[in-house]
Amino acid sequence: MSFGREHDLHKRRKGRNLGLGLVLIGFVGIMFGLTVVKVTEGQFAEALAGVSRSE
Amino acid sequence: MSEVSLHKLYSNEPEIGDFFSLLKPRVMSLVVFTAIAGLLAAPGDIHPFVAFVSIVFIALGGGASGALNMWYDADIDSIMSRTKSRPVPAGKISANDAKYIGIVLSAISVVMLGLASNWLAAFLLAFTIFFYVIVYTIWLKRATPQNIVIGGAAGAFPPIIGWAVVTGNIGFESILMFALIFVWTPPHFWSLALFMKNDYDSAKVPMLTVTNGRKSTRNHIFVYSLILALVALSVGLSSLSGPIYWSVAIALNIQLIVSAFKLRDRSEDECVSDNSSLERKFFKFSLLYLFLHFGAIMVETKTIIAWPGF
Repeated sequence: MSFGREHDLHKRRKGRNLGLGLVLIGFVGIMFGLTVVKVTEGQFAEALAGVSRSE
Repeated sequence: MSEVSLHKLYSNEPEIGDFFSLLKPRVMSLVVFTAIAGLLAAPGDIHPFVAFVSIVFIALGGGASGALNMWYDADIDSIMSRTKSRPVPAGKISANDAKYIGIVLSAISVVMLGLASNWLAAFLLAFTIFFYVIVYTIWLKRATPQNIVIGGAAGAFPPIIGWAVVTGNIGFESILMFALIFVWTPPHFWSLALFMKNDYDSAKVPMLTVTNGRKSTRNHIFVYSLILALVALSVGLSSLSGPIYWSVAIALNIQLIVSAFKLRDRSEDECVSDNSSLERKFFKFSLLYLFLHFGAIMVETKTIIAWPGF
């Protein structure tokens, strides 16, 4: 038995998939932005080594 | 299987909003607000993007602990009217899923905060999650009427984390902000317990209203309000303060003590006759109280976020 095209289940799953997609895009954006900031501020090694900013 | 039975089977499938509710967005908003206050009040410079990312992951850590709280409290959440529409008791998300979501988000938030800012801030976030989930939710909440008093520490950590993001250490001023939330929490939740009285009774959660009675709870609210006023005025003597903070603090703390005094002297008959209106007002006022105190701290402290090139 198949669902009709406009079944509520499809809408909910579509919403969830879109939400997860946006979260992943946001995460990639954050990683990219952080990398740019750390590199331009000369903190690339610091970020990798996990050394405190105050040190 | 017919479409009707499939519809019944999947009618409880979660929507994206259910996953968001799992993270307790109201608690997250308080976490974000007070963490921003700690971040702005701290001396030093921080790149605005690092500040933004740090706040995002502090909020995510708060949300993760909310999900773990919903996992462990699924049984009592389904009893209390205030919580039974949460995604786990409503059957939208299973308790096990809530647990795994909470664990994964906790790990992501701590590691990402460490990478974005520093590992002291990440450790403090991890400790906050540990304190809220293990110390408060699993240990104290069902064991002692002092659950809110000690467990309230978990909600008080965000300004210390925000401060640590900028400075890499824990300053005296951040401890004052911690104290402000720590002492604010008990009267805030006890006033809630006064007008949600049947909830905690039914769930057998040893809130002060259940173990010591309502009169004792009113006295406790009054005493803690006096201590809270002292802490708020102590903040006024620190570098977090200035004329705006003092104006806000004096007005709000007079109002706090007057309201707590009225609440203390109220009879249960009066409370029943007006549907706990004074208790509800006190609860709402306490939210405004915290918001305005931290708002004043933010206004008083100079903006330390240094834009690149300036």
